[in-house]
Amino acid sequence: MISLFIIQVLNGLQLGILLFLVAAGLTLVFGVMDFINLAHGVQYMLGAYLAVMFITLTGSFALGLAAALAVALVIGLGLEYLVFRHLYDRSHLDQVLATFGLILFVNQAVKMIWGAAPLSVPVPEWLSGSVVLGDGILYPVYRFAIIAAGLLVAGLLWLIVERTKTGMLVRAGASNARMVSALGVDINRLFMIVFAFGTMLAGFAGAMAAPILSVEPGMGDTVLILAFVVIVIGGIGSIRGAFFAALLVGLVDTLGRSYSVDVVRLFTGPAAARGIAGGLSSMFIYLLMAVVLFFRPNGLWPSRGRS
Amino acid sequence: MSGAPPPALSPRLNRLAPLVIFALLALAPLVAHALGAGHWVSLLTRVMILAIAALSLDLILGLGGMVSFGHAAFVGIGAYMAGILVHEGIGDLLVTVPVVLVCCAFYGAFTGAISLRTQGVAFIMITLAFGQMAYFFAQALYRYGGDDGLTLNARSTLAGFAVLNNKLVFFYIVLAVLVASFLLIRGLAGSRFGRALTGCRDNATRMASLGYDVLRIRLTAFVISGMIAGVAGILLANHTEFVSPAYIAWQRSGEFIFMVIIGGLGSLWGAIAGAAAFLLIEEGLSGVTEHWKAIFGPLIILFVLFTRGGIAGFVARLTNRNGGGHD
Repeated sequence: MISLFIIQVLNGLQLGILLFLVAAGLTLVFGVMDFINLAHGVQYMLGAYLAVMFITLTGSFALGLAAALAVALVIGLGLEYLVFRHLYDRSHLDQVLATFGLILFVNQAVKMIWGAAPLSVPVPEWLSGSVVLGDGILYPVYRFAIIAAGLLVAGLLWLIVERTKTGMLVRAGASNARMVSALGVDINRLFMIVFAFGTMLAGFAGAMAAPILSVEPGMGDTVLILAFVVIVIGGIGSIRGAFFAALLVGLVDTLGRSYSVDVVRLFTGPAAARGIAGGLSSMFIYLLMAVVLFFRPNGLWPSRGRS
Repeated sequence: MSGAPPPALSPRLNRLAPLVIFALLALAPLVAHALGAGHWVSLLTRVMILAIAALSLDLILGLGGMVSFGHAAFVGIGAYMAGILVHEGIGDLLVTVPVVLVCCAFYGAFTGAISLRTQGVAFIMITLAFGQMAYFFAQALYRYGGDDGLTLNARSTLAGFAVLNNKLVFFYIVLAVLVASFLLIRGLAGSRFGRALTGCRDNATRMASLGYDVLRIRLTAFVISGMIAGVAGILLANHTEFVSPAYIAWQRSGEFIFMVIIGGLGSLWGAIAGAAAFLLIEEGLSGVTEHWKAIFGPLIILFVLFTRGGIAGFVARLTNRNGGGHD
């Protein structure tokens, strides 16, 4: 019982870390540019697909990952130049709609290039195997690696945002972009940096997740909505909020999923329980979000200086 | 919520356009039969059903300025209740319609009361979240097919008669519901309530200081809109004879928003034109290539970037140029 709980907590953390990587870019882009980018999940999906392609091509996990990140970044910047740039001063409704159109396009393009069937890529050899955590509890090394890499990136991000000049400008931009621009900062360049950074993070999350998930068209949409839940719970524009909220959402989702089957089984047969619990447990995080928004409309960890 | 103000449509255009649309729709089955294109009746039925849903969204999105990203949930509730009642052997519209109206009113009142506490992006996100909740709840309906959906073994009856089974009768029933919804919403828009609703969209602070209960006005519109969308759901389930969680997916809500926007925000008859344009583009493109979404997506982007005021605005500009504009 305890061992199952520990494994589920680790799974929750690992999901939370992935969500954080996607949500961090989303919350920065939204906080600094006031831009709702529904197509952010597309970067996650592209990261995963490119990782599968390049890892298979080069035969090396590290090389494939690096190549995937580079190409994901180039695609992200291309999309920024072609589409997003023209939407920054539009209404939220226009932004939602245009990026929705972009999702349709990229999902279909991915289907055309790589096919509709799910792809997979093996876990690299040097990260395969399991760690023994006490008696009878085995946990895959690769999932630990995801948690570690995510924490590392979170730490780096914290350093950049809190300790560098660019980070200072980003924080200032998230509080009041117009004021920062009035003070003589090239706000468009700042937007570009923030956007590129967010794109990289989402692509990295997708690439890291590729070996443990089935890589398929539309995989970005699910993550995107979860990431939105994360940034709304954490407080829009707040990196710290995104971090804690991502872990919270990861844990609630994973634990809810694993224990609701047992609870529902008390009332119905096992087959029905799996079906019913699958749907019900997916509702938990939305319930959490609704409750949070009801009591704290600005999120749990709102960024300072933002009203 | 910041949005470009809808273009001013002349009163004459607003009177004429719906008449033309409804007259064309009423004649469509005759033309289709004369041309031997019977399947057009079915396609147009679908167009009108989605037009009802888009119209109801236009009430809160266009007139109320509320960007709800969970409108498909109401359609889903209507569709699922219709399907479930047929499945349980009590699929008569005399039962279905009141049940759906009550369910949608409760769901709308509950989710609206929570969502409308927030504004701007948070409102978009929380309506999206409620939509997702409805989606996963439908997945959890194990008895009614869960993820796979539920096939209706018969259509709903009306007072015991299987009137919906006849394609043509069904077409005209849907048309009647569409006209009724249009008149209802246009009546609302012109009423004191409608003016107050637009007032809340344009300047909520001023309305509040004038003594209007902004939340209550918005919530009322939200609930009414949801109930109409629920009726569209009943018709949709009977049309496709199938319901599944996909009806409630967030992409559906996005498509409804798109229909309202291509029609022209707040113009009501534009929402009908928007639904028609959406489905005809979808039908046309999917006939050309299976990858039609790769064309459709960029079309949406181009549309957002380069047009203002949608179809209604376009027609208004066209008629103005020809000197037929202002009375």
